[in-house]
Amino acid sequence: MSASMQEIAERKYKYGFTTDIAMEEFPRGLSEDIIRLISAKKNEPEWMLEWRLKAYAYWLRIEEPDWAHVKHPPIDYQDLYYYAAPAKEAPKSLDEVDPELLKTYEKLGIPLNERAALAGVAVDAVFDSVSVATTFREMLSKAGVIFCPISEAVREHPELVKKYLGSVVPVRDNYFAALNSAVFSDGSFVYIPKGVRCPMELSTYFRINARNTGQFERTLIIADDDATVSYLEGCTAPMRDENQLHAAVVELVAMENAKIKYSTVQNWYPGDENGKGGIYNFVTKRGACLGKNSKISWTQVETGSAITWKYPSCVLSGENSVGEFYSVAVTNNHQQADTGTKMIHLGRNTTSTIISKGISAGKSDNTYRGLVKIAASASGARNFTQCDSLLIGDQCGAHTVPYIESRNASAKVEHEATTSKIAEDQLFYCRSRGLSEEDAVGLIVNGFCKDVLKELPMEFAVEAQKLLSVSLEGSVG
Amino acid sequence: MLEIKNLHARIGEKEILKGVNLTVPDGEIHAIMGPNGAGKSTLSYVLSGRDGYEVTQGEVFYNGQNILELEPEDRAAAGIFLAFQYPVELPGVGNANFLRTALNAVRRKRGEAELDAVAFLKLARAAIKNLSMKEDFLKRNVNVGFSGGEKKRNEMLQMALLQPGLAILDETDSGLDIDALKIVAEGVNALRSPTFAALVITHYQRLLDHIVPDVVHVLSGGRIVRTGPAALALELEERGYAGLEAA
Repeated sequence: MSASMQEIAERKYKYGFTTDIAMEEFPRGLSEDIIRLISAKKNEPEWMLEWRLKAYAYWLRIEEPDWAHVKHPPIDYQDLYYYAAPAKEAPKSLDEVDPELLKTYEKLGIPLNERAALAGVAVDAVFDSVSVATTFREMLSKAGVIFCPISEAVREHPELVKKYLGSVVPVRDNYFAALNSAVFSDGSFVYIPKGVRCPMELSTYFRINARNTGQFERTLIIADDDATVSYLEGCTAPMRDENQLHAAVVELVAMENAKIKYSTVQNWYPGDENGKGGIYNFVTKRGACLGKNSKISWTQVETGSAITWKYPSCVLSGENSVGEFYSVAVTNNHQQADTGTKMIHLGRNTTSTIISKGISAGKSDNTYRGLVKIAASASGARNFTQCDSLLIGDQCGAHTVPYIESRNASAKVEHEATTSKIAEDQLFYCRSRGLSEEDAVGLIVNGFCKDVLKELPMEFAVEAQKLLSVSLEGSVG
Repeated sequence: MLEIKNLHARIGEKEILKGVNLTVPDGEIHAIMGPNGAGKSTLSYVLSGRDGYEVTQGEVFYNGQNILELEPEDRAAAGIFLAFQYPVELPGVGNANFLRTALNAVRRKRGEAELDAVAFLKLARAAIKNLSMKEDFLKRNVNVGFSGGEKKRNEMLQMALLQPGLAILDETDSGLDIDALKIVAEGVNALRSPTFAALVITHYQRLLDHIVPDVVHVLSGGRIVRTGPAALALELEERGYAGLEAA
């Protein structure tokens, strides 16, 4: 590759570098022994190990699902590494974090130094299988907020973890959830006590670095009565020729009057323009609105990954509870995305809103798959769904697969869907005013996504807009 | 100065322009009139660089530069502005954002400093006031839900901000009532200067009551068939275009 080609490739995916650091890896493959090793490495109590082994036993008995509108060669689960971590002992404070790791996060634009950090955002940094740093913990604990790596929560707050882990996404929920339950290594744990409005945005920054390593993130967020929290996650990975697996589980629990806002900007390495390499992003995310008047809001901007398989969902049990899903999914080159949501209405007068914007370019395939289910108990439930697809070029695909099940006659369910192409006259109009073709596409795409982008916290909205333009570079002309 | 020399252009297999020759010196406003299908819109798209219009022969120089080799955005930076017959809607794109992005793209290419949001708003508000427009124009999405008159006013606002050296108005008067027509005319007249030229393409004479041209050309069958003073427009209004083909 010539120097200038290299530059272009790097501009397209600027997070593609690797960090050279001594790593500790367990042997390749998955077995009970590996799970025991992971559990021992994390000094877990016996009950946690039992939980993992049960999940593993179940996983062994079931088959990988094949209903999603995606294609990939079979994954050899024995060829993966299930644990990789920087070799040094876990740091006890930010001052002890390996400078090489600090540099990595600086390069990603996530300073872990509290003085240099973005004001008002606390960060948990997960590098391969472990959390390497969590900022602003002291300030948060003064407000009673617990924000720590989940491996630490297992030891320090077992009563909360025992009660809620697997309560929203059961071990037996699906193939990837079972796998995650068996081998999950790290992720964030958040508990907001009664009546507390979390004083800052919380965020986790996931980085996959090691080769052939799966990342099995596990995140659990609990907002107690009248509590409020906004949580952001970002994800990147080096450019590698092999596909890598990211199989995460995220569980949210909202009690009475609690509000959880969960935002994702997913920018895993998408593979090259020929479809080589990239992350398989097979993720189960679900929130339970247990209490009256509780609210869970998912906002996602999905631009990365070779394959995305992800349906952030809400189970609306509490009376008057609210579920929201705002999504932008961009696919370019050979990327495939099958994403959407499930809104399960159980309680009375529950409401949900789904706004999904899919953008397909190159030879990619983009599917919206969503379920709105109104149980017999959900009198007065309401849903509004809007699914818009935008096509760039004539070799890509957009698919919309909505499922609606209503068992209560008083429920109202609305579904609107559109598919459009960026019109030649729109591009020419912009260019005749001085915009380059790529800037014009960026402007039109950002306009198309506006209803979703405005739901993102400020810090992310600007980043997300830039990301959309970069992801679609080279998609026209 | 705009110089068009023996310009031939086609769409697909169909030749539309068959040897157009035209010179518009700085400081002058020229009108191009002609019957439907004469090639008026094709000429404006060829000058602004739209895809799908193939130039088979001839040259176009603007200020000495052969613009046929330039991308549309580079022609815009060089100072060419096309006011559309049917301005395009951009859903979700705020007018202020669009205007500022365009203005800064052009300024960057012209080697001028980009404007921050505050400086831009000051400039835009002044331009809006000059065009007797409402300030909520800036907050609305580009041309979405605009009336015909509002769309044309928006074109004039863009023109006022981009400060072109050559404006091409492609039947900007079509579908306008007399008030909107006056706005368009005021927009063009406000830019009149020794360094500004305009090509006003129109089917009807009435716009030329408000933008008085220095020269009127008649385009018919893909060629300029007559050239004359402003009075020519009145003559055409009276007698129609019939019989011009042969001239």
